[in-house]
Amino acid sequence: MSAVAEQRAGVTLTGISKEFGDVTAVHPLDLTVPRGSFFALLGASGCGKTTTLRMIAGLEQPTTGTVRLGDDDVTALPPHRRKVNTVFQSYALFPHLDVHDNVAFGLRRRGIRSVAKDVRETLELVELGHLARRKPHQLSGGQQQRVALARAIVNRPEVLLLDEPLGALDLKLRRQMQLELKRIQTEVGLTFVHVTHDQEEAMTMADTIAVMNAGRVEQLGTPVDLYEDPASSFVANFLGQSNLIAAEIAGTAGADLLLSAAGDVKLALPAARCRARSTAVGTRVLAGMRPEKISLAHRDAAVDGAVPDGRNRIPGTVVDASFTGAATQYLVDSPVCPELSVFVQNVERDPRLVPGAQVVLHWNPAHTFGLDGEESLLAGTLEDAGTGEEAP
Amino acid sequence: MRWLRRHLVVIAGTLALVYLLLPNVVVLVFSFNDPAGRYNYTWQSFSTDAWSDPCGVAGMCDSVGLSLRIALTATVAATVIGTLAAFALARHRFRGRAAGNSLIFLPMAMPEVVMAASLGTLFLNMRIEFGVTTILIAHIMFCLSFVVVAVKARVASMDPKLEEAARDLYAGPLQTFLRVTLPLAAPGIAAGAMLSFAISLDDFIITQFNAGPSTVTFPMYVWGASQRGIPVQVNVIGTAMFVAALALVVAGQVVGARRRSRA
Repeated sequence: MSAVAEQRAGVTLTGISKEFGDVTAVHPLDLTVPRGSFFALLGASGCGKTTTLRMIAGLEQPTTGTVRLGDDDVTALPPHRRKVNTVFQSYALFPHLDVHDNVAFGLRRRGIRSVAKDVRETLELVELGHLARRKPHQLSGGQQQRVALARAIVNRPEVLLLDEPLGALDLKLRRQMQLELKRIQTEVGLTFVHVTHDQEEAMTMADTIAVMNAGRVEQLGTPVDLYEDPASSFVANFLGQSNLIAAEIAGTAGADLLLSAAGDVKLALPAARCRARSTAVGTRVLAGMRPEKISLAHRDAAVDGAVPDGRNRIPGTVVDASFTGAATQYLVDSPVCPELSVFVQNVERDPRLVPGAQVVLHWNPAHTFGLDGEESLLAGTLEDAGTGEEAP
Repeated sequence: MRWLRRHLVVIAGTLALVYLLLPNVVVLVFSFNDPAGRYNYTWQSFSTDAWSDPCGVAGMCDSVGLSLRIALTATVAATVIGTLAAFALARHRFRGRAAGNSLIFLPMAMPEVVMAASLGTLFLNMRIEFGVTTILIAHIMFCLSFVVVAVKARVASMDPKLEEAARDLYAGPLQTFLRVTLPLAAPGIAAGAMLSFAISLDDFIITQFNAGPSTVTFPMYVWGASQRGIPVQVNVIGTAMFVAALALVVAGQVVGARRRSRA
């Protein structure tokens, strides 16, 4: 039994699916959210993540499957009978009630008489104690967001659902609220299920991320697992950037598979990191590596032995170099791929690395990951035409 | 010329207001008249006789009371039924919804006399005795349109997420309706109710066609009196209604402004 499985489950979805008429918004999926964790459902718009969230809240009735909170099956319960609260994307604050009464709403509906103390403490937690008598329309977007959060967590639900709660905020405020949300989650120890399309937000905040695409969960794991060892080209491209090279298995060498790409380029890939259907010679795979794992050497330096032995190497020509402050992003034309992306930290910049320069890209073979060769190179990128089914 | 250009909007607005309010001013002024004959059309001398004895004319105050009772009853009934209908039409998809949506406009669009005559025929054929009941049925019917239109516009602009939020925050269906839906729809309901009251109170044509011999509403009384000579007391009642309406509007503005400035 793994450590995760031994923990008590916060939410368990079993075979849950949702169809709207002919459209399948969510294909049957199983998902376990550990109690007390910060769990992110990540995917592009229309991938079914919000529908999944609404089924947990009870605002949407699943077509098949069950929803359990802790050990209780709540599939048939209406939303007001579930110990679940939601922070809506539009905040959905009651415009006719002031901040205090908005936050007290859930407590009062449960018949709790003395709400003043709980409300005050929760408003202090989100640093809005001084605005208790304001109406929602008199608050800024960030303040409204905090009221929405306070209104949900004051009830100490078993699970707190966050539906793109930061989507309407500007970038700076969003960063600040990400840290804030993480702090509050740690402080109150509730299970958070957070829906977002922002991969950076998911990686910053979540303990576990489920990447959804077209109504299915593509991969589930910690941010580090998903980033370092993506299971599909969608995950590889959607979480950060990836270079994907079409290659073929040419043999094995110890624990590594040897790949050949574009005829004469030879690459090593740890067999344990290869997700192709077989490891037989001739099997097509996609070899992937993250742009920051790759080092760049001018060809003259590479000839002089600046590239250590045992590293994967690809020759190429710099097409473009864009300075981004902490790093420089290079685009390199190579026989295996016309636009390999490379991030180089601006520590000791080689002045010869300008567009047109002949270079050698090299990296530790252990940082290579292998995907099934049938996968789309572009899944999850901006060029991806989108296979996602639109949820209403 | 430049002065004119700059103040054109104010001038046009003032002219429109004068045009609208002049008849009210005439009514007000002539409520203080002391007419020589039966007709209160020429100014004679200032007098407060009518104001000190508004019910001095036989039957008039009874007709005012009847009009107020009918307007109040019709307003309450039309507001309740109309609000429910507006929610049904705005929120639910059902057979006949499109037809319902256009039929609800019919009483507003149809010439009043046509509706009055056909209602009269209907009551006659159904052998319903003309009286307060028939007037009420007619008034509730045409008030319904105004309530439905006002409430439907409000409901359509309400964010459905607010009700989801209420359900998410442990409010059952009834609590959600009472605590969130109703307060949010209240401005629309109030507007519909106020329109209903005003329209019912001053309706003449439909009431005339569907009233019994002993049911005389205030507009009917004025109509009858105008044949013989209108007593000054009619001006008094008219002015009082105008002032009451004006006071309500001013009070509403003051309360609204105070709420805004305090909040």
